[in-house]
Amino acid sequence: MSSKGKLAIYWAASCGGCEIAILALNEKILDVANAFDIVFCPCIMDTKVRDVERWPDQYVDVCLFNGGIRTSEQEYMAQLLRAKSKVLVAFGSCAMEGCIPGLANLTKRQEIFETVYCESPSTDNRGRVLPLPEVQCDGHHLSLPVFYDMVRTLDQAVKVDYALPGCPPEAPRIWDAVVAILEGKLPAPGSVLGATTTCCDECPRTRTEKKIKEFKRLWQVVPDPNTCLLEQGLICCGPATRAGCGARCPQVNSPCIGCYGPNAGVEDFGARLMAALASVIDSQDPEEIDRIIREGIPDPVGTFYRFSLAGGLLRRAALVPDAERHELPLPSPIAQA
Amino acid sequence: MTTQRISIDPITRLEGHGKIDIFLTPKGDVAEAYLQVPELRGFERFCVGRLAEDMPNLTARICGVCPEAHHIASAKALDALFHVDPPPTAKKLREMFYCIFFATDHTTHFYALGGPDFILGPDAPPEQRNILGVIQKVGMDIAGRVLKMRRDGHNLIEMIGGRKVHPNWALPGGVSRGINEEQRKEIEALGRDAIEFAQFSLNLFHEQVLGNRAYLQLITSEAYTHRTYNMGTVDGNNHVNFYDGLIRVVGPDGREHAKYPARDYREYVAEHVEPWSYLKFPFLKKIGWKGFVDGEDSGLYKATPLSRLNAADGMATPLAQKEYERMYDALGHALGQTYRAPVCHRALGRTGHGSGDYRHRVSRIAHGHAG
Repeated sequence: MSSKGKLAIYWAASCGGCEIAILALNEKILDVANAFDIVFCPCIMDTKVRDVERWPDQYVDVCLFNGGIRTSEQEYMAQLLRAKSKVLVAFGSCAMEGCIPGLANLTKRQEIFETVYCESPSTDNRGRVLPLPEVQCDGHHLSLPVFYDMVRTLDQAVKVDYALPGCPPEAPRIWDAVVAILEGKLPAPGSVLGATTTCCDECPRTRTEKKIKEFKRLWQVVPDPNTCLLEQGLICCGPATRAGCGARCPQVNSPCIGCYGPNAGVEDFGARLMAALASVIDSQDPEEIDRIIREGIPDPVGTFYRFSLAGGLLRRAALVPDAERHELPLPSPIAQA
Repeated sequence: MTTQRISIDPITRLEGHGKIDIFLTPKGDVAEAYLQVPELRGFERFCVGRLAEDMPNLTARICGVCPEAHHIASAKALDALFHVDPPPTAKKLREMFYCIFFATDHTTHFYALGGPDFILGPDAPPEQRNILGVIQKVGMDIAGRVLKMRRDGHNLIEMIGGRKVHPNWALPGGVSRGINEEQRKEIEALGRDAIEFAQFSLNLFHEQVLGNRAYLQLITSEAYTHRTYNMGTVDGNNHVNFYDGLIRVVGPDGREHAKYPARDYREYVAEHVEPWSYLKFPFLKKIGWKGFVDGEDSGLYKATPLSRLNAADGMATPLAQKEYERMYDALGHALGQTYRAPVCHRALGRTGHGSGDYRHRVSRIAHGHAG
């Protein structure tokens, strides 16, 4: 019997980038393999769900779970891996705060299905066939996971011990977490395994006093490579975003888009970023301020909640009651939060 | 009525989600098989209302294994939307960036995703059929080269595009930042290493796969053969291009069916819906949806690394052309002077990247990711 720890890696509503980020540990992946038996990771190995179901509870020492909870299968896997794991980590932005797929909480299942399967220009579906949870096909019974009406973060579905931010987490921060686990130096359960400073603190650009008369869109300005992007009018999420990536995006002349989530102590990313942007607007005139915001920020929710809609205070756009509501029970009423 | 069902859940060693159900007849033959994609995220819907210039960042999250492809595809769509033709330097940077990704990603596929089946063999215990098993089998010398290739590739992707995964770099009409002379030299040096590594990997493929009669018989057998249309991007000489050109479609016999600029895609491609998968099924519109059958009367097509080669008359660079000929000599049949019969053996084609692989009722894997 191996005395090594057991590591599981799973993906729910995610993109596979977290797995690639783990592979980007490069040579250190061999150190991980020396310390842990990797027992489950669909991206790179052949363990099946039925194998996981056979394990005793708490069989896995650490489970790195990426992806949000969008379907009944993902909810089941979250519950299964919670039971099988001593430590469950919400790994990456999707599991921690919903990430880009969480923007689907601006709409609902019926609208998504209509767009994807009926109305998108290249779709040829005059019979308006939709995917179904249960279907008989040539005498065979086939099932699909139920597509829920909203995306939930992992900790809205099961109890989570730690969160590791980033879309995806950067390899050095993953390694920091592995070392903390191996050395038994994990912080109190419930902690975010990350920095307590902001992306701005890691950014090499020079900052002076921020005072702006207008927000500019990416294609309206060729930014100076050395000064703060926000001072140049571009909406940079740096002031609200947790450090950890090394301010990678500003170093290629692109504003921070907030993928590392809210900084330590910040409950709602969007509220923090709005406060930061409001403080740099160079005007005392309410009408002028209104114009600067209206003209410069045409998509507020996509700007302030690009990664954090499902995990922040808003969770989702209000559901307008309608006929189909009866067929679409919410798996987790937002009132629960 | 069938008597037995074999379920493979989840399918593994690819990016994305899928499960396979195989139904057997009482005699044990395959009656039907279904590859289902059990997930959807809804990008087509929630991207509506977002800023156009945010699309390269949003759509990258369709797939974190190939975000570079979605990032660049979005940027090209923005070029068209903004009616702007990027300056030559920006186009070259984008193409170089994409090619670095291409080389890095194929390394991941060859050694970590598809390779274990060939390097360890299809009968190896499941718990060994992975990258760690490959490393044990081939030894640290070769493993070190694989890890170096991946590390170098990802470091260059980060250096140019900002991040190793999910770049934040391409803009309508160009890119956010160029490279300097020092970086250019570094890219050139690593590019030369990558050519050497590719040749080494191709020799490994010829030794381990094509040199093994049992494998060769297996992958060229009827069970792995699949005669569909093939799609790929070609340059002005009908050679493979990874960044720009025309979309070319050839039939199962290799003859050209269509060649068109990407903006005209709706004239050529449509998507079919089945109730048992969240993934849609693209098909050639002019031939039509005829169900899950191959052949020239069916609109099914492949859009994969293999189909890129099948849809082209050759490669644009001499070393690649030599390897192209070596592969078709081993697996294809020369039909004439100008083009070769497509290779239809799916074991060589790569699942996971826009594949259109159908036998029985096996559905398209695409990325394994429904949007």
